[in-house]
This record gives sequence, structure tokens and C-alpha cells, in this order.
Amino acid sequence: MCLAIPGKLIEIREENGLKMGTVDINGALTKACLEYVPEIAVGQYTIVHAGFALKIIDEEEAAESLKLWDELIKNGAFDVDGELPPSQIGGLEK
Amino acid sequence: MKFIDEYRDPARARALLGRIRQVARHDWTIMEICGGQTHSILRNGIDQLLPPNVRLVHGPGCPVCVTPLETIDRALCIAAMPETIFTSFGDMLRVPGSGKDLFMARSEGADVRIVFSPLEALQIARDNPEKEVVFLAVGFETTAPANAMAVHQAAREGLGNFSELVSQVMVPPAMRAILSSPDNRVRGFLAAGHVCAVMGYEEYEPVAEEFGVPVVPTGFEPVDLLDGILKTVELLETGKSGVVNAYGRVVSREGNPQARKVMQEVFEVADRPWRGIGVIPQSGLVLREAYARFDAEKRFDVGHIAPQESPLCKSGEVLQGHLKPSDCPAFGRECTPQNPLGATMVSSEGACAAYFRYHRNSV
Repeated sequence: MCLAIPGKLIEIREENGLKMGTVDINGALTKACLEYVPEIAVGQYTIVHAGFALKIIDEEEAAESLKLWDELIKNGAFDVDGELPPSQIGGLEK
Repeated sequence: MKFIDEYRDPARARALLGRIRQVARHDWTIMEICGGQTHSILRNGIDQLLPPNVRLVHGPGCPVCVTPLETIDRALCIAAMPETIFTSFGDMLRVPGSGKDLFMARSEGADVRIVFSPLEALQIARDNPEKEVVFLAVGFETTAPANAMAVHQAAREGLGNFSELVSQVMVPPAMRAILSSPDNRVRGFLAAGHVCAVMGYEEYEPVAEEFGVPVVPTGFEPVDLLDGILKTVELLETGKSGVVNAYGRVVSREGNPQARKVMQEVFEVADRPWRGIGVIPQSGLVLREAYARFDAEKRFDVGHIAPQESPLCKSGEVLQGHLKPSDCPAFGRECTPQNPLGATMVSSEGACAAYFRYHRNSV
């Protein structure tokens, strides 16, 4: 139930006195209430849960952790040494 | 898809997994609180990829699972009333009450409708002024802002035919209950990322300090989960407790202040029974007196319904991490998704449902 899906805000409007918007979630257009992210702008990403945008995704934070992980991959620091059992994460098994 | 694909990347998952294997030297039992994370862990096979000394146990973070039997029976009672439209998230419709579930009530003629947002229920109330429209407001702190806003808005518009049957629960009191149990094995927590999106992680700092455990707010994709597990293991191996955030793109220390404000305006904290577990003090949210007219329990006088649970169902032990679903004697026998004894077998976040779906052939 606590799943919240990331999507891109493409439109802001008002309905019944509430700040509402349309969020593009992988091509599916979803209605979301924006009352809890009043500062959001069109083009920003948010997570949507139960018809509400709950947080604007912090793109800088996201880029930073991706960079950190990728540097560690590049340095080979985290190399797994072989015998992984089969997994459902695509391509994770050797 | 941006903010999804990056966190399903096999190279990153592999790297983090390798690092976990390097770092983990001792035996650790870590609990993921959220049932959505349980499903992601099993779906991606993460439990099988971790080194054997890092064990995940599954927590009570499935609002559908912990909604008390009496709430389901009260919902069924209200749904059966004439001139009533009963609305709910889809998850709740298959949850067994003591006699039937909401799907069966619908097949018997009750007007039961699935909504994706409580604001849709509000729209149904606007469109049907001659009918009573009731929304089954279940959820943890992630869902509380949405459920609070529906009531807040109904009050603002003066909608007299809308009410909520509220079953709101909160994570920190459940964590305290688990950590205080004499047979507790949990040494660290993956905190539920979207609960923390709303509440922040400030409230976990005293829990971490008091019980000396790491608490790591974590996301839902495989790379997020592995990063959360790695951060927890790193803290455990270095003898540290405290809160370390593994979901920085969504979680901040203060959470979402606007959402918390409306939650606090509409709801107040109360003692609450959790299905299979019992009453946990100060672990629930109920409507404040100022919003009591939107309380379906009062409006329809169903507060007296108090049924008995099946004695075969061990979901309470599963929800506290004491029992793996597959170790329950009824698992896959008396209890299946088609014929569930408890909500953990039907909810999309229930641990028993996850094991039935992904692990049935390996147990």
C-alpha cells in the first residue's frame, strides 16, 4: 500500500479549491493532488501515492548516489567473485 | 523510466551485493518494516543472493494485514446497508472478515467500489448526494495525508454524506513493540522509505539510540534495497547505531511538513489493536473530535462489533518476525490466497502472499 510511483509533472490546475496536477508515469497520465508539494513546478519529478504527490524527487541527491555507486563499480571495489545463485534481477547472474 | 531503471541496474546491484559479502563478518538479522519491500526482496531474489549470515525478517508494515478483524466486519456491516456506497483501496476487498469479504458483499448486491485515491471517494459523494459514501481509510503514515485531506476537504465543502472508517497505524510504536519483545532477534531496521517521505527520520533517532540499533530509511527498487542492507550491515559491523538515510532522493530528516500539518489537524494519536498482534499503545490515528461527524464508526453505530479470529492463523507471529510464513503449519494447506485464514495471505504486501507467490516450490 505504501508504494509510491515516480513520475514527471506535466500540468498544474485547480479542482474544487485544491491544487491538482497531471503526472506522467511512464506514459500513463495520472491525476495527483499537489497540496503537499506546493512549490512543485512543471517538469519536476515527484512520487505519487493514493492520488497525492508526496515529495519532489531531489535530483541532485539522486545523481550523487548514482555517481558514488558507479565509481565503486569502476574501481572494481565491489567485484563479486563468481558463484552467485540464479536471480530474477535481469543479468545479475553470470 | 527515469528514477526506476537506474535502481534496477544489474551492475550496481552486483557491486552492492559484493560489498555486502565483503563487509558482513558476523550473523545479523535485519527487519524490513514495509510489506512493499518484502515483495520487492522476494520478487528480485535478494533474500537468496545475500550471504547466509545476513538474514532478512519481514515486519508488520502491511496496513491491510494489521487492520483488525472487527474493522473488516464493521466495513461489511456498513456496506450491506441500503443507500450506501462503500469505497476502498482494491487491496482490502479480499481480506477475510469473520464470515466473508467485501467482494462477497458486492456479489450479494452491496455497492462496493474500488478507488485509487480517497479524493475519488469524495467525488462519488459529490455525485451522489442522496447516498451515504464511506471510505475505508486504512494505511500507515504514507497514506494518512491522503486520508486526512479527504476529510479536511469534505469539511471545507460541507459534504454531509461522506465519512471514513479509519484504520490508521504508525511505524515507530510497532518498532518499539518488536524491540521490547523478550525473544526479539532483530538487530537493525530498513525503515519504510515512503513512510519516511512523509514523516522524515527524526522520530527514528530516539528509537535507534534507546535500543542501540541502526535504522536505515530505504527505497523499494533492488539497488535501493541492497544499498539499505549494506548501510545497515556497515553500521552493525562497526558497532554503531543511529539513523543513516539510504533514500536521499525522497527522504529528508523533516519529511513533508505540509502533509504532517494536515495529518495533525485531522487525526490524533490513540491506542490501537493490530490484527494478529494485539493492542500497541499510541500506535494508531483516529479522527479528532472536531471531525467526529466524518467518523463512519460513529455515524453507523458499528463500534460494538467484536468478532473472533481463526485459531489456526499465525499471522501475528509472521508480522513480528518470529515466524517465516512457510513455517506456519497452515501455509499452503488450510491457508491459500484462494482461501485465506489471514490478511497476510491476500494483501499485495502480505509476507505470506509473497512466499506463496515466489517461494512456494522451494519450501
